[in-house]
Amino acid sequence: MRFIRDVWTVTRKDLLIETRTREIVLTTMFFALACVMVFAFGFVREGRPVQDAAAGILWIAIAFSGTLALGRAFERERQGETLRALLISPIDRPALYLGKLLGILILLAAVELLVVPMVALMFQAPLFDYPLLMLGLIAAGTLGFAAVGTLFAAMLVRARSRDVMLPVLLYPITIPVIIAGVRGTAALLQPEADQPMARMWLSMLVFFDVVFVTISLWTFEPVMTD
Amino acid sequence: MKPIARLLLIVIVLFAAAPLSAQQQPPPKPAAQDAFVPVDTPNNQQETIPAQRLVGIAYGLIWVLLLGYVWSVRSRLARVEREMEALNRRTARQ
Amino acid sequence: MQKLFTPLLIVVAAMFAYAPIMILNAPYESTMGLVQKIFYFHASLGMAMFLAAFASGIGSGVFLFTRRSWADHLAVAGAELTSIIGFLVLVTGPLWARKAWGVWWQWDARLTSTLVMWMIFNAYLLLRRYGGPGSERLAAAVALFGMANVPFVYWSVNVWRTLHPKTSVIPSLVPGMRGPFWFCVLAFVLLTTLLIAMRTELEKRRQQLDELYLAAEE
Repeated sequence: MRFIRDVWTVTRKDLLIETRTREIVLTTMFFALACVMVFAFGFVREGRPVQDAAAGILWIAIAFSGTLALGRAFERERQGETLRALLISPIDRPALYLGKLLGILILLAAVELLVVPMVALMFQAPLFDYPLLMLGLIAAGTLGFAAVGTLFAAMLVRARSRDVMLPVLLYPITIPVIIAGVRGTAALLQPEADQPMARMWLSMLVFFDVVFVTISLWTFEPVMTD
Repeated sequence: MKPIARLLLIVIVLFAAAPLSAQQQPPPKPAAQDAFVPVDTPNNQQETIPAQRLVGIAYGLIWVLLLGYVWSVRSRLARVEREMEALNRRTARQ
Repeated sequence: MQKLFTPLLIVVAAMFAYAPIMILNAPYESTMGLVQKIFYFHASLGMAMFLAAFASGIGSGVFLFTRRSWADHLAVAGAELTSIIGFLVLVTGPLWARKAWGVWWQWDARLTSTLVMWMIFNAYLLLRRYGGPGSERLAAAVALFGMANVPFVYWSVNVWRTLHPKTSVIPSLVPGMRGPFWFCVLAFVLLTTLLIAMRTELEKRRQQLDELYLAAEE
């Protein structure tokens, strides 16, 4: 029980700061929107969107804005020098990791609440025809991405070249998650939605999530300890 | 969660994800997917010239890169050894 | 340990000198002809890549939880070998594919996952080089993710329908092809192990040198 309380304490701290300043959520939303627009211009022919572009663009927007949000969230910790305070406090390292992860997930969920309807609108993509499956795909994909991202963003806080290192490290490792997300979404966006296929990719995503969260939980403590 | 519980969870999910169906479009040429079938002489004689070049480049590249790497490691090792000796000599003199 | 490097290198070199003879005498494959002969080195390189990736991952795991420096050196060596051997795999494969499939590259599960794994270990090397102090631990976490990829890369070709041949090709090799193949595998495994050992030794020496410099300054 204390573990869960600790997790919530860490998350609540992040959420409190965020609701007061709204800095990260607003900038990330704006960035995600700009991302979608740039891709829209790139993939539109004679005013109509290219088929199947919506799935890829949605997930790229999630990946890019997720990286930005992660970088900003931990940059804030670095500037306030609060990461050291967190590490000294009597919180279990896994609880610290999960608390940060939950905060990032809530942040990304807010961004996706905006991006998903935007993509559906701009690409005339029927993203809401199978809401539960779609929600499952997006949730599982975001979790996989954020699980690895939180670990790397936290461990890069004190490293040199951290801004460029986060994407360099994060993208190769999370490419399987993005691919699974894109294929699953694309399966649902076809004229006759391929639900079994989408479900297959969803189970792949869950598998990745389990592996990534496990490895991240396992390595968070030794990596963050000097 | 205890490590063993985490491990069990992974195993369960592995079995849950096991019945995966493939969905790629049919490959352009399904050449020798499951097993290699041997034959004494190649039956596409007229195309072997480009194949020779490809095989040559492949093997050549492997040789060059691996030999180059062996040489690189050995020379770096020798250089470090020399520096260590020089440093030891310098500190011994003091 | 270091004294063994040169004689072992000679042994491995002899194996590599003999390998082409065995390969040339092996039967041709019925649909692919001469270009299939790339298989003997390409598949062996693939196994060597897995070995190097495991070495790096295991070294990283041990280093993260015990902070033994030999583990870190092993991790670096493994990552470097994975990068080089992976590059060779990713180049020899397309050279073969151009004849066998008609295309240089396809985004099927095996090729994509191999490329991803290669990228992860390149990221490891970049992090070690440019990450500044403390990057050993961070990189170790990266290598663990990289090692977790190995079973995925291996099984990808059996789980999905891919252009790339399945793993069932190996057990079903005819004796004429089996001999050269396993000989090449042995040669590459020996070479990879030797190179990892040499590179680990280099890393160890470098650290000793750094410590000597520090001690000399005092």
